Amino acid sequence: MNPEKITKVSIIISKGSLDGIYPGLIMANGARMEGIEANIFFTFFGLYGILKDYQNKIKIATVGNPAMRVPTAKGFPLPTILGAIPGMSAFATSMMQKEMEALDIPPIGEFIEMISDAGGHLYACKATVDMFHLSTSDFVPQMEKVLTVGDFYEMAAGGQIIFT
Amino acid sequence: MTTRTINQKEIEFDDEGFMTNHLDWDLEIAQAIAVDDGVPELTDRHIVVLEFMRQEFAEKGTGPSIRRLTKESGVPTKELYALFPNGPAKKAARIAGIKKPVGCI
Repeated sequence: MNPEKITKVSIIISKGSLDGIYPGLIMANGARMEGIEANIFFTFFGLYGILKDYQNKIKIATVGNPAMRVPTAKGFPLPTILGAIPGMSAFATSMMQKEMEALDIPPIGEFIEMISDAGGHLYACKATVDMFHLSTSDFVPQMEKVLTVGDFYEMAAGGQIIFT
Repeated sequence: MTTRTINQKEIEFDDEGFMTNHLDWDLEIAQAIAVDDGVPELTDRHIVVLEFMRQEFAEKGTGPSIRRLTKESGVPTKELYALFPNGPAKKAARIAGIKKPVGCI
């Protein structure tokens, strides 16, 4: 049996850490590369991915992340108390960014532009925008529209919804 | 594996439609693959992309990521998607006569 091809995905990005934002971006970009229609809906702390003054300050959490190992992915588990040292999160983030650059994974700002230029659509969640007291001018120009959850479902009709 | 005769040459393709030997490639073959892949006419801009991909493949054994392609070939993302609609990465690789790209970006 030949399974039906995926033609449309709507990806929800709800977390504001580096590892919360990137997977959704990679999936959306990958969808466009395959000719699949892609929407991204940023909600809660995920919204920081499209806030122009903050999107390039996204970091990895070094506390509350029991899988975190140093200095490499196969190294020692990072004790919570060390993860809490000031600068630890920034350091871990810069290490990971170097690895990502080597794999041609762009910084968040550039990635958002790339997805938008590739025909992907980016939206912000209305409830979060209101809760965080934000306005359209706080967002990067690639953010097309602030959507209610109802608008989101309407836009996602006929495709798959992926929550990250 | 399938074989097609294009321009009196026997060209071999893998199961996903990528040429198995990039050295067999020429522009007429590219044009024939392009037509099958929904790109009726290869323009100079298509050829800029194809040449860049082939050069990368010859040097590194794999095609470039879309990011490198757009940054270094001088063909921006929007144009690339317009030139090779419905999935530029695989489509451009197929027309360029190189193997299926392996990266995620």
